[in-house]
Amino acid sequence: MNLSLLLILPLLTALAVLLAKPGSARIAALAGSGLQLVLACVLLFKYTAERAINPGDGFLFQSSYSWFKTLHIEFYTGIDGISIAMILLTALVVFAGVLVSWNVEKMRKEFFFLLILLSAGAYGFFISLDLFSMFFFLEVAVIPKYLLIGIWGSGRKEYSANKLALMLMGGSALVLVGLLGVYFNTANHNPSFNLLNLHSQTLPFELQKVFFPLLFVGFGIFTAIFPFHTWVPDGHSSAPTAASMFLAGISMKLGGYGCLRVAVFLMPEAAHYYSGAIVVLSAIAILYGAFATMTQTDLKYMNAYSSVSHCGFVLLGIGMMTTASVHGAVLQMVSHGLMTALFFAVIGMIYERTHTRQVRELGGLMKVMPFISSVFFLAGLCSLGLPGLSGFIAEMNVFVGSWQRAEAFYRIATVIACMSIVVTAVYILRATGTSLMGPMKNKDYLNLTDAHWNERLASGILIIGILVIGIAPFIVNDIIYPSTQQLMLNIQSILP
Amino acid sequence: MEIVFLMKHELLLVLLMALMLIVRISEEEPDNASWIRMFNIMFFLNCLAGWFSNRTGAGFSNMFVNNEILAFEKNILNTGTFIICLFSSGWLLKQRHIAEFYLLLIASLLGMFFMLSSGNLLMFYLSVEMSAIPVAALCNFNHNERRSSEAAMKMIFSSAFSSCLMLLGISFLYGATGSLDFVELGTAGTSPLFLAGFILFFSGLIFKLSVVPFHFWTADVYEGSPIAVTAFLSVVSKGAMVFVFASLLYKVFPVLQHEWYTLLCIFSVITMVVGNLFAIRQDNMKRFLAFSSITQVGFILIGVSGNMQDGITSSIYFILIYLFSNLAAFAIVSRISEVSGREEISQYAGLYKTNPVLSWILALALFSLAGIPPTAGFFGKIFLLTSGASTGNFILITVAALNMIVSLYYYLRVIRSVFMDNSDDSISTVTTGLVFKIAVFICISGILLTGFFGSVYQYIYSLSAGI
Repeated sequence: MNLSLLLILPLLTALAVLLAKPGSARIAALAGSGLQLVLACVLLFKYTAERAINPGDGFLFQSSYSWFKTLHIEFYTGIDGISIAMILLTALVVFAGVLVSWNVEKMRKEFFFLLILLSAGAYGFFISLDLFSMFFFLEVAVIPKYLLIGIWGSGRKEYSANKLALMLMGGSALVLVGLLGVYFNTANHNPSFNLLNLHSQTLPFELQKVFFPLLFVGFGIFTAIFPFHTWVPDGHSSAPTAASMFLAGISMKLGGYGCLRVAVFLMPEAAHYYSGAIVVLSAIAILYGAFATMTQTDLKYMNAYSSVSHCGFVLLGIGMMTTASVHGAVLQMVSHGLMTALFFAVIGMIYERTHTRQVRELGGLMKVMPFISSVFFLAGLCSLGLPGLSGFIAEMNVFVGSWQRAEAFYRIATVIACMSIVVTAVYILRATGTSLMGPMKNKDYLNLTDAHWNERLASGILIIGILVIGIAPFIVNDIIYPSTQQLMLNIQSILP
Repeated sequence: MEIVFLMKHELLLVLLMALMLIVRISEEEPDNASWIRMFNIMFFLNCLAGWFSNRTGAGFSNMFVNNEILAFEKNILNTGTFIICLFSSGWLLKQRHIAEFYLLLIASLLGMFFMLSSGNLLMFYLSVEMSAIPVAALCNFNHNERRSSEAAMKMIFSSAFSSCLMLLGISFLYGATGSLDFVELGTAGTSPLFLAGFILFFSGLIFKLSVVPFHFWTADVYEGSPIAVTAFLSVVSKGAMVFVFASLLYKVFPVLQHEWYTLLCIFSVITMVVGNLFAIRQDNMKRFLAFSSITQVGFILIGVSGNMQDGITSSIYFILIYLFSNLAAFAIVSRISEVSGREEISQYAGLYKTNPVLSWILALALFSLAGIPPTAGFFGKIFLLTSGASTGNFILITVAALNMIVSLYYYLRVIRSVFMDNSDDSISTVTTGLVFKIAVFICISGILLTGFFGSVYQYIYSLSAGI
């Protein structure tokens, strides 16, 4: 199967949205993202079929087009289980995102155009095996993100949009320097951006020590590595619902995926050398994020800070560098993507009706909108890691994997990270309790309507994802685990 | 006959000038509209002719050289001038003496062509002067305006000053080697006098490139001049200088590579940082573009500092993209200033509500200047940095990458004003004519397509082997 289809379809959709009448733009966007979801599922089936024939290593459906020949830049694509999971996640979140923004009034056409463009960047990133095109797709998202937040956002939107664009640009700048460092310092002195080629031509350890932090922190900024997480709360809470879903659900995963696929995969020795620092930073992010969430009163800020905490698990899993922990990190990316998208979607629904996101102004919503409230509750339970939902599976894997690092230092870090579960339970239960149960604080809320068809469909799709991972984790494990195992085998073969 | 083909670009321009002079002194001078139509068509033919039957060779005892890469550079400059003429047609329609405008423009372009093709320092000096003096006259084209005259004054003084430095450097170089020929200079050994001559010559060059600390004239001149002239100065004139700069360093001063590498590193860092710091503070669109173009030169210096072929290829490639991006921005700014008289960034508030298409074009152009994909500016900038990184100087690359963040900040300021800010008094809907649309169309297709077709870079790379 030609992977470029995954890129062409969103671009065609974006074009269709642009050419459509303002009224029918949303139909084009929905159709396009629906088709993309179907395409992603087809890809999944083809992938499992192909994988059954040739198990073992490697990326499937590889193809390459020469782009800048003298600079050794190719458009080189290929996927493994990890990328498949990310592509499916993107397709789900974008489809749900289009559905929840069905009633956007302001500049509807531009809104959907930018949203679809944003998704094209993510697909391109996940299928690329060439660092240059990967970087290209990482940066493509800057314009749509900035405009989506700045034009359709709420609150201090200009400030947030600026902050987000500049901090992510800072991340890209670090990544760029790191990429050039990798490009020019291959063991055989042939400059290359090809991921697989670079993996076999590992840098000398002295240079790895210089360029690994650049790449890891650069990608880490995208996934809110402490102390560069400050764009997350502002950016997520000012963004319109669909953009928040995308930012937290997918955009932050680009960073985690890049950390794993580029930084750790290409420079395993340095990753091992720095793993202590990574673990400390992610443990801080986990705990700090959780405590910061407790003090928030705005639902969107709450979810944004809890994203910092949850994405800390991704980095913790990567930093521990055991097969189980890395597998857990990938699962956490998928799980958090679904869960946080659902959370932001449902917060958007509540805000649209009550026009407030302050927890203390809400109350008794369960009586008037049982569907939305139940979804909210479910997302909350997933966030606090209730068994049976995806969050539990992912965090469990991270913790088990982390515990396998037997040194006292890593064990202590694991225990500290574990403590965040309690804090998470506190803020989730408090927020759901106050806003959903109890007396109705505002009599106007009695006239509110429950979810419309589009909102039900969007939540339904995301909930199915969460439940599938939670109840039948083997389905997802079968796709992801062989690839993470292979990745770790490749890495461990290089480590002393 | 061979010499005719060798000097084809130059002869065509001379022919064009002669034709215009004849029409100018004829009994009945045509009105503005016919002038513009006639010139645009003729210049389009001239641009087209530039692509065919180019010869490689030298003439007039090596005073004049031409090869494929030089022909390509001249074609880029031709295209830039053509786009400027197209988008300023609306403005020219209301001016007097537009024949002189065109004549001076072509004269300056002719000077640049000779400058690119010169194989001798004397010839080089003459053609630099020839390209600078007509532009100074053009700066004063709005001669009723005080600022325009001030710009011309500053332009002529600064240009004279840099010429002084350059001429002094040339005489030192002659004293040290006894020759002015590029080939002979390139093979001559180094000596203290040679080094002194080089430094003076180098200062003269970077003065023209408006590298910090020789940038003071740029902003005032850009602000005071008519926008078409500003565009010409900041794109075509600067582009020509960059072309010459890269090849001169590698061709004429290879023995001093270590020295000029250090100079390039220092100047690129200062230029990027100072250009950025000043650009952040600008409120006038023209001044803003002036300082942003200073910053761009800082990036170009990094590219040049790489190795010969990568350096030359990436700087030519960047100039090609920079030409499309910057001219698109200038086209929009010029049309808006022409219709509404507004040039302040804050006055652009709410532009998107009234002029969505123009806003998108401006946004694309600015994102391209900032180096954000999918625009071509991304590729241009990354390849400059790639070229610079080939020497292993990653500190320089890190500084450049950090400067990209700062520059994104001020480009976003304009975007924010256009797309997000509200204003009760936003610019009313601006209509554009067909000629203007063609100009913008060329720019936008350049911005969107140049990067995706790797063959463009490949083509320049293959040409630059013959430098």
